[in-house]
Amino acid sequence: MASVDIRGVEKQFGATKVIHGIDISIADEEFVVLVGPSGCGKSTLLRMIAGLEEITNGEIAIGGNVVNNVPPKDRDIAMVFQNYALYPHMTVRENMAFSLKLRKAEKSVIDDRVHKAADILGLKPFLDRYPRQLSGGQRQRVAMGRAIVRDPQVFLFDEPLSNLDAKLRVQMRTEIKALHQRLRTTSVYVTHDQVEAMTMADRIVVMHDGIVEQVGTPLDLYDHPANTFVAGFIGSPAMNFVEGTLKRAGGRSHVQVAGVGNAGTVELPVPDAVGGQDGQKVIYGARPEHLDLAHDGAGVPAKVIVVEPTGADTQVFAEMAGRQISAVFGERHDFKPDQIIRLQPRQASIHLFDAASGRHL
Amino acid sequence: MAILVQRNGVRRGRTLLELLDDRRVLSFLFMLPAGGLLLIFLTYPLGLGIWLGFTDTKIGRPGIFTGLENYVSLFQDSVFLLSVFNTILYTSVATVLKFGLGLWLALLLNNSMPFKAFIRAIVLLPYIVPTVLSAIAFWWIYDAQFSIISYVLVELGWIDTYIDFLGQPNAARASLIAANVWRGIPFVAICLLAGLQTISPSLYEAAAIDGANAWNRFRHVTVPMLMPILSVVLTFSVLFTFTDFQLIYAITRGGPVNATHLMATLAFQRAIPGGQLGEGAAIATAMIPFLIFATLFSYYGLQRRKWQQGGRDD
Repeated sequence: MASVDIRGVEKQFGATKVIHGIDISIADEEFVVLVGPSGCGKSTLLRMIAGLEEITNGEIAIGGNVVNNVPPKDRDIAMVFQNYALYPHMTVRENMAFSLKLRKAEKSVIDDRVHKAADILGLKPFLDRYPRQLSGGQRQRVAMGRAIVRDPQVFLFDEPLSNLDAKLRVQMRTEIKALHQRLRTTSVYVTHDQVEAMTMADRIVVMHDGIVEQVGTPLDLYDHPANTFVAGFIGSPAMNFVEGTLKRAGGRSHVQVAGVGNAGTVELPVPDAVGGQDGQKVIYGARPEHLDLAHDGAGVPAKVIVVEPTGADTQVFAEMAGRQISAVFGERHDFKPDQIIRLQPRQASIHLFDAASGRHL
Repeated sequence: MAILVQRNGVRRGRTLLELLDDRRVLSFLFMLPAGGLLLIFLTYPLGLGIWLGFTDTKIGRPGIFTGLENYVSLFQDSVFLLSVFNTILYTSVATVLKFGLGLWLALLLNNSMPFKAFIRAIVLLPYIVPTVLSAIAFWWIYDAQFSIISYVLVELGWIDTYIDFLGQPNAARASLIAANVWRGIPFVAICLLAGLQTISPSLYEAAAIDGANAWNRFRHVTVPMLMPILSVVLTFSVLFTFTDFQLIYAITRGGPVNATHLMATLAFQRAIPGGQLGEGAAIATAMIPFLIFATLFSYYGLQRRKWQQGGRDD
């Protein structure tokens, strides 16, 4: 097990620069998730750690040793691929034993390790099957088994769950996390699914257009997003953003939101403690789960468009000042379309961002 | 009422329609034209050839059934036995070279390089040129007096006298094998290249991370993944080479002193210029066991290997 240090790493494919200087320190035994939309460079970064892509600038160190010029096979890492990349002509046993065989390990050691890994992953009954004879989830487990038998310094996961169906994905998510808790091997996990990131990571690295937007623990990112991108990316359903002007008058602050179309202007109260100056253009952010239903004329009016009950909660799409927002309520509500409800944002949980830079105020 | 009458009116036509709706009848009908063509242009000549092999037919004289007489005399005929030896030598050496060089070429072409599509198109050239045309070109290249190879080697000072490529038995055999290899490589290379391109790059990446060097990756990923297509291409290549006629007949006509006669050229030589249709047909028929052996090889080669069976691909 080892730490991974990424220092000023850049990547260029021909004339296109896809990664613009990234610094991340991953501690020993940590489970770090790289998350971001497609094309943000997260997979490229992972492949650079693995040694499958060259590093244009900067350096990557594994366990304190710079590995820029070390071939993949000597980096002591194991990788789980999105398409599993199992050798189709080898049985499960041979797939898992392949790396040890190449290292000329003793047959008894190989057998021992393969059996141990198969035991952990519940693959014992399938050791003599070929990958084609396995289901998606089983193949996924074999791919992980192949990584485990190596007992590497670092596990790299490249969107390992995206080829599985929704139910299996949730199950495997838990299994991977449990596996990490058991083996404590430093892991770098790439995904575009923020739920996966939130549920599995010790720390999340949010990437966008080849740069790191924010690094932090899942709840840290949820509670204190650095900018509108992170705020909108982390959390499901996504945070509501409303553009407006910050007004500070006589110890009471609010954001004035001009109505779109023939909707009227709305005033959203904000705590005085928030940054920003009077008259500043801001983006007001409130998560759907932080909008409460208000009674007796409090809060702001919103017109219901669609109600989506999931059983556990009720998601409501509504129009406020002519802008679409969504709200999630823990209770069940039977709103009708076009019904006017009043929403009260929770003061402690709202976010203000500078409209020009998107930075948190 | 009117509808009912009409229904009765089309009763007979409907049975024909129902017959056509039957999958078995329909598929038989659809296969009929192709089957007819095969029967007329493949089965009949093959059958006729085998029959002629049991007769003493000569050109211009219908023969009588002589049983195995042709075969018995052939097995005491040193020229025929030489042609069998030549055919096996020609096929095995040429096939090994074609596959070695073809695989190497395919691996080179599978790398990314500038003008990839253009270079791949060029590789196909020997295969596109009509065989007789390339055979004549080789004839010229191997000419005892005007050979460009000899000319270059002499100019380089490596040899003193021109090489007699086609005048010495072993030199002639080697020359023909070289021509056949030149012509056969594109087929092998392009087929294997197609096979190489179906191998997922992530398998190589996984192998690289698993600790495989270039040779391990070739040995444990490329070769096994290529095996199914390799066996098919190998069979076809063996069949084509074994029955080769054009190159030999255009370059040496079986000479010198029958040293390059293959079974196919000898069969033609005896049957058409020699007029011994029955004997020629017997020689051609004698190729069949070899070809059946090669086809059986393909049958087992074509069978899906165990790891290819069952389950979905995704």
